[in-house]
Amino acid sequence: MTTTTERVSETTDTAPVRKKKSTKFSPWGVVAWLVGLGFFFPVFWMVLTSFKAESDAATNPPKLFFVPTLDQYAAVFGQGIGPAMLNSVFATAMSTILVLLLGVPAAFALSLRPVRKTSDALFFFMSTKMLPVVAAILPLYVIVSNLGLLDNIWALVVLYTSMNLPIAVWMMRSFFLEVPGELLEAASLDGASLWRSVREVILPLVSPGIAATALICVIFAWNEFFLAVNLTAVNAQTMPVYLVGFIAGEGQYWAVLSAAATMAALPVILCGWFAQNKLVRGLSFGAIK
Amino acid sequence: MTSEVKVKKLRRAVHRLTAFTAVGGLALTAGCSGAGSLGASDNEVTIALVSNSQMTDAQKLSSEFEKDNPGVRLKFISLSENQARAKITMSTAMGGSQFDVAMISNFETPQWAKDGWLLNLSDYAKKTPGYDEQDFIPSLRDSLSYEGNMYAVPFYGESSFLMYRKDMFEKAGIQVNQDPTYQPTWQEVAGWAKTIKAKQVSDAGICLRGKPGWGEVLAPLDTVINTFGGRWFDDQWNAQLNSPQVKEAVNFYVNTIKDSGELGASSTGFQECANLFGQGQTAMWYDATSAVSVLEDPKTYPDLVGKIGYLPAPIVEKPNSGWLYTWALGIPKAAKNPDGAWKFISWMTSKDYMRLVGEKLGWARVPPGSRTSTYTELPEYEAISKSYGPLTLQSITNATPNKPTVQPVPYTGVQFVGIPEFQDLGTRVSQQISAAIAGQQSVDAAMEQAQLYAEVVGKSYQEK
Amino acid sequence: MTLTADTGTDTDEGAVAERVRKIKESQDVGVSRAEGWRRRGPLLPALIFMIAVTQVPFLFTLYYSTLSWNLVRPGSRQFVGLNNYIAVIQDSQFWSVAGNTVILIVGVVLISALLGLGIALLLDRAFLGRGAVRTLLITPFLITPVAGALVWKTTILDPNNGILNWVLSLVGIGPVDWIGQFPLSMVMVELIWQWTPFMMLLILAGLTSMPRDQLEAGRVDGATAFQLFRELTLPHLRRFIELGVVLGAVYLVNTFDAIFMMTQGGPGVASANLPFYIYQRAFLGFDMGQAAAMGVVVVIFTMIIASFALRLIFKSFSGKEEAA
Repeated sequence: MTTTTERVSETTDTAPVRKKKSTKFSPWGVVAWLVGLGFFFPVFWMVLTSFKAESDAATNPPKLFFVPTLDQYAAVFGQGIGPAMLNSVFATAMSTILVLLLGVPAAFALSLRPVRKTSDALFFFMSTKMLPVVAAILPLYVIVSNLGLLDNIWALVVLYTSMNLPIAVWMMRSFFLEVPGELLEAASLDGASLWRSVREVILPLVSPGIAATALICVIFAWNEFFLAVNLTAVNAQTMPVYLVGFIAGEGQYWAVLSAAATMAALPVILCGWFAQNKLVRGLSFGAIK
Repeated sequence: MTSEVKVKKLRRAVHRLTAFTAVGGLALTAGCSGAGSLGASDNEVTIALVSNSQMTDAQKLSSEFEKDNPGVRLKFISLSENQARAKITMSTAMGGSQFDVAMISNFETPQWAKDGWLLNLSDYAKKTPGYDEQDFIPSLRDSLSYEGNMYAVPFYGESSFLMYRKDMFEKAGIQVNQDPTYQPTWQEVAGWAKTIKAKQVSDAGICLRGKPGWGEVLAPLDTVINTFGGRWFDDQWNAQLNSPQVKEAVNFYVNTIKDSGELGASSTGFQECANLFGQGQTAMWYDATSAVSVLEDPKTYPDLVGKIGYLPAPIVEKPNSGWLYTWALGIPKAAKNPDGAWKFISWMTSKDYMRLVGEKLGWARVPPGSRTSTYTELPEYEAISKSYGPLTLQSITNATPNKPTVQPVPYTGVQFVGIPEFQDLGTRVSQQISAAIAGQQSVDAAMEQAQLYAEVVGKSYQEK
Repeated sequence: MTLTADTGTDTDEGAVAERVRKIKESQDVGVSRAEGWRRRGPLLPALIFMIAVTQVPFLFTLYYSTLSWNLVRPGSRQFVGLNNYIAVIQDSQFWSVAGNTVILIVGVVLISALLGLGIALLLDRAFLGRGAVRTLLITPFLITPVAGALVWKTTILDPNNGILNWVLSLVGIGPVDWIGQFPLSMVMVELIWQWTPFMMLLILAGLTSMPRDQLEAGRVDGATAFQLFRELTLPHLRRFIELGVVLGAVYLVNTFDAIFMMTQGGPGVASANLPFYIYQRAFLGFDMGQAAAMGVVVVIFTMIIASFALRLIFKSFSGKEEAA
């Protein structure tokens, strides 16, 4: 049914132009700006603090103007940020790739081809997230240790994959659900094999949705702290663990921690900012009706 | 969908896949180097540290060690106290060989030594000329020993004392006894705090910790309980937390905070008080002797230089009530490289190291309170630490972890009870007390609940 | 005037196709079995992976929950059957913490969904710099949760030097001990700050993809903005809101960093949630058996609650599935 799909491209392509691109003063626009700035403010303050000396970090009244210093960043880099960064990139990228490799077919199977017990399978996926990690950490530690994978980045890769897979399957399934069944029928009636019709017809349709899911997985894997801190030591340390190493028990650490936190968040923020257009489009591609 | 759009989308998907693979490949090579290397070489030493400034300094200077010991590679992991403790405990208790050197305190060391989880370091020390095990402050040495041998060696040690602003005291007309043997009483201190508040010389008269945690609010509070004559258990392991002395002590602590303490005390820990004191928002602060690393640093608080006065930990019935704590280094039994571990430990806790820190990073950053020689053989350190050095040494030397209370007790430890259950018990009790500090329940209610927790633990020891 | 979200014709055709397919399936048993395996095939790798990685630790956890095992008291490992569970059920603090957890999840999910809806509506209109505002708005979701919690505790909510109290002091309101007096609420505020962007993004996607001609038609017919919103927009957004609620709730069950960093569960256990409480038993008490038993109890209860909730969601979803 070509009419439906054409309407898709119409609505999303013309959405921004739909209303007159207003440069004129709009009171709701002002409200939106205030809300945006309000939400962003704590992040702004954190980045600001990362340039302060410790004695300026928490003062009364809070200091907006001060003599900036790069000492905190020097301290952050001086303790060896490279390996932690690389480990985080590796764990996040590999687990996201694995999630997509496993999750796309699963979501496909759970959506385009109605199977008996679809809801049971979906429920099972979600139920795996119900056991608090804190309760399972000792069994996990024992298993990982017996497998010789303590302080090995692959342990994190596998665990992050299992952590994100249910969410990914749920999200991608709803995108697959939006693909009209008639498309698939038409493709298979053409004599093309199922796999080819999937690859050439369906995947391109849902690829923005897949990109959106991938970004969510990246965010969750990158920021994961608990498994990382307990199952790694020196070789497989990730950024959140590195970050916490700046919290001193007897000392002042707020400025240096802000610097470390800024560095830790930077890759994900850049990813998120550049990709958020795709994110919105991807998520909206999921609703054609 | 037109075929052009189809192709465009397909191409986009392909691009994305190639990008992913490229990143994956790059990361793979990086990951391989970062992935856990099996079979650590004999020349690798894995060290787990707590992230305080003195330890960060040691990491910075570790290149000096590697210069003197070519072929030995050091690998560090530095975590905040709670994380480090949990991680090191889990690894050591399960006989893991993840760490060659583990930073532990005088809380764990006697227990783990008894359990056979640590290597005997006195053996190593004997074979190391110039190490001078006897140079460690005796109270510290004892607190890290089991059956006469040391199982961890101190990196830095601390007791507790009272810090005050001499200029604020002058303004408020408070005179302090300058006799070197003088130990103020808590009642005097409370009075001073009230005066400061009444005369509005400062926002808070005194800053006292109130944050929940067995090492947070309980550290100063336990010393108050001890000196008021209270104790956690009697020598039959009956819990004593609702005894009159303990209640009096806790009431005193909570009321002092309410009357003349800082705002938001129930979430105030070391850092918050340091901040307040450094900015002149409180006139007194009772806390660790190691606070001088923050307060007496001219770079951080140039206005404070010369204005801080120090007094021994306040007392009531029992003198010398300051606590005793040390961050020390030990070798877990299953360490892969114990000899390399000892090489590093002996470097990091040696007399030469103190001198190294002084010369390279500044004399104010010398790790305090572990060796007597720091206070007697380093004239440069003596010069800058005139106002607090001798008192620090005195407080640590006089601390009495083996007899912390007025009445007899079956445990050791000044600001903690040296049993494994104390981490949990102490935290639970501290949560109750913190709620009382926040005004959410009465001290009596808090101590009754605390008593219930302690009774459970006490019973398990009575049955032994 | 009928305002329906779905376009009528597609659903009918989809329903017919679905019925035809089902008839085909039931008639041709032999073919459909092989067909059935082919259809389930793509699901298998993910399923097998999840079973292997999650069920094995769960079985271990079940086993540990039957032991009395204190990690730092060697020789204390012994089988005690269901004693740990009895202890958990009798632990009044466990239940009060469970209550906190429910309040936390429900409160954060509801409020951030509502806020997200409001902000998405705001962002749905064009105005100068809309993209920039959207960019600013998603940042809280990208920050490491540990860092985000510390920002709130140290910079904003600190009673002596925090920005909130400073701003209030400008209008004469005395300093308030936010974390001491309102611990659970402050944790919830921080979590809402982090999760609203997520909800907003999902709902904004739904708004952007909504066909506008129906709205126009409705407006021409004289419907008020509120009626349009309630009858047209909201049903269309329902799938997105529900997706956000499910994902948010699932992640928030495990939330730990905010409490650990901001309040340490205190004062008392006023702001502790189940993961934090279990963490304390496991890493302070080193009582592995108790912690495992608590974990299993949490799983059982979450499953019960979730199965009710998910059945509800599936009922509402099933209407949209017919065209697939």
